[in-house]
Amino acid sequence: MNNRLQTFTRGLVKENPTYVLLLGLCPTLATTTSAINGLSMGLATLFVLVLSNMAISAIARFVPDKVHIPVYIVVIATFVTVLQLLMQAYTPAIYSALGVFIPLIVVNCIVLGRAEAFANKHGILDSALDGFGVGVGFIISLTVLGMVREILGTGSVFGWKFITGDGILAFVMAPGAFLCLGYLMVLFNKYLKK
Amino acid sequence: MEYLFIIISAIFVNNIMLAQFLGTCPFIGVSNKLSTATGMSMAVCFVMTLATLVTYLLNKYLLLPFGLDFLQTIAFILVIAALVQMVEIVLKKVSPSLYQALGIYLPLITTNCAVLGVAINVVTKQFTFGGGPSHMLNLGEAVVYSFATALGYGLAMVLFAGLREHLALNDVPKDFRGVPIAFITIGILALAFMGFSGIV
Repeated sequence: MNNRLQTFTRGLVKENPTYVLLLGLCPTLATTTSAINGLSMGLATLFVLVLSNMAISAIARFVPDKVHIPVYIVVIATFVTVLQLLMQAYTPAIYSALGVFIPLIVVNCIVLGRAEAFANKHGILDSALDGFGVGVGFIISLTVLGMVREILGTGSVFGWKFITGDGILAFVMAPGAFLCLGYLMVLFNKYLKK
Repeated sequence: MEYLFIIISAIFVNNIMLAQFLGTCPFIGVSNKLSTATGMSMAVCFVMTLATLVTYLLNKYLLLPFGLDFLQTIAFILVIAALVQMVEIVLKKVSPSLYQALGIYLPLITTNCAVLGVAINVVTKQFTFGGGPSHMLNLGEAVVYSFATALGYGLAMVLFAGLREHLALNDVPKDFRGVPIAFITIGILALAFMGFSGIV
């Protein structure tokens, strides 16, 4: 049981996908213009991560070694397509806000990375937990980055404006994403990494 | 004239790396040295142009007529993966020297989201250049756009690799070392590129 808990919590801080493993940086930078966008992107990735981890751990024994990467990519792409159709149907506003980065979950290195490093050697339940832990770690880092950028850029959190005035627009645009991520990594290195 | 707008817009104004955030992982990964950055840029140029051409035709003549456009994501990633393999095999046979130069970077490109991102953007998004009406790209425009985008990626990568080589010689505070200072440098570079906005 303790092992299971570790499988889950490892992805939160110790192997945080963004700040420690440096995986999945494109969606991290691009979709965190506001806290809510970052959170949505995190949830979308979590969905694909858990389901593809489970599917891959179930079929891994039957896949020949030579073609395992293409097979994994097709499995992941299938779940991404399911996600695209679901989001188009139920959350069209968020789908268009996140744009091309939803289909790009296919080439997000976190998903393929977990399939390679964990799911193909472990059981279905463990793989689901692992995907869930890493996904939650990803959600945390995206939401934090989104919040910092939203506060600096527009003076609001989750759309609730608490500083009057315009804010520093550059933080919502491209340069702010790189700067904020850089400084957050410094803070992470200083206080959380052992 | 239209093509000139596309080229300037794709290289400077909407730089794929510094304004659209596509292809960040390989950008951080191979920009340690100027020589690897140049090799990777050339490989991306080659594959991105070819992949956009193939996926554009696939989308127009196979997926759309049969109402299969919901399969875009799966079809495109498979085409790109197969294309990269094929380019590798052909290059090995036809031009061993080019294969030597690009060889190790080619497999990495399959999971470079810039390639898939451009292929998807070209067939789903409306573009506006030089104050003209917004429209879907035709084949010629798509090829020019993807090639120019890849050139922009190469430009950003080579510029940054040059900066990073100097960065390695400096005395950087402990917690900033490695990737954090790299991101802060890219941020400043992106700030400089923001100066191009509004040109076309």
